[in-house]
Amino acid sequence: MTPFLEKLRQLYPSDRLYEDEARLTPYVSDGLTVFRQKPVAVVMPLDSDEIVATLKLCHEFSVPFVARGSGTSLSGGSLPIDEGIVISLNRLNQILSIDPDNRTARVQPGVINAHVSSAVVQHGLYFAPDPSSQSVCTIGGNLAFNSGGAHCLKYGMTSNHVLGLKVALPDGEIVHLGNDSLENVGPDCVGLFVGSEGLFGIALEIQLRLLPIPESFRTILASYESLEAAGEAVGTVVASGILPGAMEIMDKLAIEAAEAAVNAGYPRNAEALLIIELDGEAAAVEAEFTALSTAIEQTQAKEIRIAQDNEERLLIWKGRKSAFSAVGRLSPDYLVQDGVVPRSKLGEALKEISRLGSEANLHVANVFHAGDGNLHPLILFDGKESGALERAENLAGKILRLCLKLGGSITGEHGVGVEKKSFMPEMFSENDLEAFKRIRQAIDPREISNRGKMLPGNEAPALSHSGPHPLEQAGLISRM
Amino acid sequence: MLHKIPDTALAPEYAGMIKPIEACVHCGFCLPTCPTYSTMGDEMNSPRGRIFLIKETLEGRINSSDIEPFIDNCLGCLACVTSCPSGVEYGELITPYRDWAESKRKRSTTEKLQRFALLKTIPYPARFRAASRIARIFKPIARYLPKEFGAMMELAPTELPPKIDFKGHYPALGQQRGRVALLIGCAQQTLAPRINAAAIRVLTRNGIEVVVPKSQGCCGSLAMHIGESQEARQAARKNFDAFPTDIDAVITTAAGCGSGMKEYTHLFSGQDEDQRTQANAFSSKVMDICEYLDNVGFIPPKKNESTAIKVAYHDACHLAHAQKIRSAPRKLLTSIPGIEVLEPDEWEICCGSAGSYNIEHPDTAKILGQRKVSNLYATGADLIATGNIGCLAQIEFHSKDKKAPIPLVHTIELLDGEI
Repeated sequence: MTPFLEKLRQLYPSDRLYEDEARLTPYVSDGLTVFRQKPVAVVMPLDSDEIVATLKLCHEFSVPFVARGSGTSLSGGSLPIDEGIVISLNRLNQILSIDPDNRTARVQPGVINAHVSSAVVQHGLYFAPDPSSQSVCTIGGNLAFNSGGAHCLKYGMTSNHVLGLKVALPDGEIVHLGNDSLENVGPDCVGLFVGSEGLFGIALEIQLRLLPIPESFRTILASYESLEAAGEAVGTVVASGILPGAMEIMDKLAIEAAEAAVNAGYPRNAEALLIIELDGEAAAVEAEFTALSTAIEQTQAKEIRIAQDNEERLLIWKGRKSAFSAVGRLSPDYLVQDGVVPRSKLGEALKEISRLGSEANLHVANVFHAGDGNLHPLILFDGKESGALERAENLAGKILRLCLKLGGSITGEHGVGVEKKSFMPEMFSENDLEAFKRIRQAIDPREISNRGKMLPGNEAPALSHSGPHPLEQAGLISRM
Repeated sequence: MLHKIPDTALAPEYAGMIKPIEACVHCGFCLPTCPTYSTMGDEMNSPRGRIFLIKETLEGRINSSDIEPFIDNCLGCLACVTSCPSGVEYGELITPYRDWAESKRKRSTTEKLQRFALLKTIPYPARFRAASRIARIFKPIARYLPKEFGAMMELAPTELPPKIDFKGHYPALGQQRGRVALLIGCAQQTLAPRINAAAIRVLTRNGIEVVVPKSQGCCGSLAMHIGESQEARQAARKNFDAFPTDIDAVITTAAGCGSGMKEYTHLFSGQDEDQRTQANAFSSKVMDICEYLDNVGFIPPKKNESTAIKVAYHDACHLAHAQKIRSAPRKLLTSIPGIEVLEPDEWEICCGSAGSYNIEHPDTAKILGQRKVSNLYATGADLIATGNIGCLAQIEFHSKDKKAPIPLVHTIELLDGEI
């Protein structure tokens, strides 16, 4: 490590290279604090050249690295790697250009998601992916985890909003994926990079697609006597043929937490709350609103409220987006899960989660993207109680397996990271995982880029885990 | 957040630090509104980073000396409290921690001198006036002085307004609606006594009897926020004795003083029961002038003609974040015919004044001051109003190079109707 660090010191002044205990400590974890790992060093590059030089060094010495933005990952995606370095991208936070006519913007990876929208609002445009942490999380992280949010039901995830990328591959080579215009040629290389959880290098510049801000919004709150009833209402709304901008559900615990945090004005006596937002051209929204009202009438809604102005609408969303963190008010510790089930199985899944929670004697709060079937059960526990964390993790595992059993996925938007790595073999076959690994090795033969994340059991360098080629085994070829 | 701070590790006055540590879920929602994180971009200069570092220090894994720079960099603006969905009361951590760490700290002689100078001059009007005269002499050579003193001389006022001696008592005009005691503050009384004069006029005109206790002194906030709790308690005790108890409220026109006095409950948490009771009783009566006027129902001054005036309102951190008072001043201002309140960008980001921060950390304070001034000027306002003397001084200092400076006033001066 010493020769590597010596070279790193030539690259960075001491105020942008952290090696001491006090400055490394705050980097030991991201938004998922149950995992902690101290890095060897943290570097804070100022431009692409410094990133490329850093990657070349890492490649030369086979030192693993993880790129980090605001460190909000809920799956340990930006957890440091043992014997590795953290490349902090916070100073690469410039919006490089805005093209309002073609509705695109070119940004650096450290730009905060919400800052893109505020920079283009004057042109009547916005960046659609809206993870709940959008006021904090960076575009680089959105890219790595193909982040979604409430409004991805209608507008799609990050991958639908990235046109082109300038990427530094793990060995420092620069490549351009996709292109800057709205149409593309050849295979979807951008698509391969988005959601790769940092395994394929670092995006230096990102060409984003922007959308016109919807002309009109209608935001409706409907409260229900049970979580299941709210889940079933989602099916009724979808069956009516409407595609709302967002459909979210919060249960009693989540409502209580969000109310305490932001006073969003949610009905406090509801067992479950369905938030539906319609957006688009005024005339279309009004027509949809009529259809939606009819659909909601068929459900067992106890109370219906409609946001009266934009301020009320924003407050409703602020409450929803604060819900995860706000649950910190109810419980000293909690685990957030991110499993997905087919929308038609929502009611069944929620009922089973509630049963599993009682069985484990743990409270589970639910706040989720109902329209996508993307669940977010928050398992509450007290870490000071011995064995509580293990019980919570055990329950989390059962919930993920339930999602798989119902034909869903272990993650909707938080990513696999380190947290759900061990569930990958339950979702993918050995051949699938082997294919992932081969792609990874083609791009990063030394497996230094975010080593130990997403793909199970491949912490070791490439050759040792894939073993010799079959022709080598047969003695037909050999390597130096 | 999970922690392993031993139960026995903390004396009673520091036990309150545990709660905010446990409440933090490390989500990072505090990052973008933190003035140091947004200028420096590193975790140790963020609220959640500091909480983590303090936790590690209290657990005994890191020496308090190693985290000093990051703790010192914190402005204590509490923007993180406003943005925190988990309800972490960061102020209840950083203030006692600073005091806890101070006893273990080795400071250089110039640092000690600087702190001594701050604590022994600013809170005492006579000394502050004398010191300002001295500072005026040193101003031209400020940049050649050790950095601990350079900023002090640079920021010192060039000219002080004439002293105003307040009477001890001002009867309500018209029908009496209340009786309050006014904290006239220490630095404010030297820098801008006109603010308290306006406050007394507005209060009495609103039917409020105002008592100005003669033997009152500094509220101790300055000392409290730089880790000198004992000194702060001394100052507070003096005011417990000086202030009458048969009043509806203790009123202040300085956001920093208001937030500090509302924190007395925590400041005295480790003291004997009598003191705790006294602190709670005093603290529960503290109200900012705008908070109080809004509560009793403000009667705007009668004006024959209303002139249209655009006012950029600057939220003082210790009012908006620490005391959560944002709507009252806006409501009061817009009740005056002709006043339109404009909202600058980045309202939640501190202007860099933060008590004595701009003296102790001039570089960061300068970046923040310039950023604030450019946001305020971008509104195109005719006037800038705010509720804290520190912000007034800081904004004025950083707009001194402007070709057409926008006049700067305390909110109460506008409510007085003389402007």
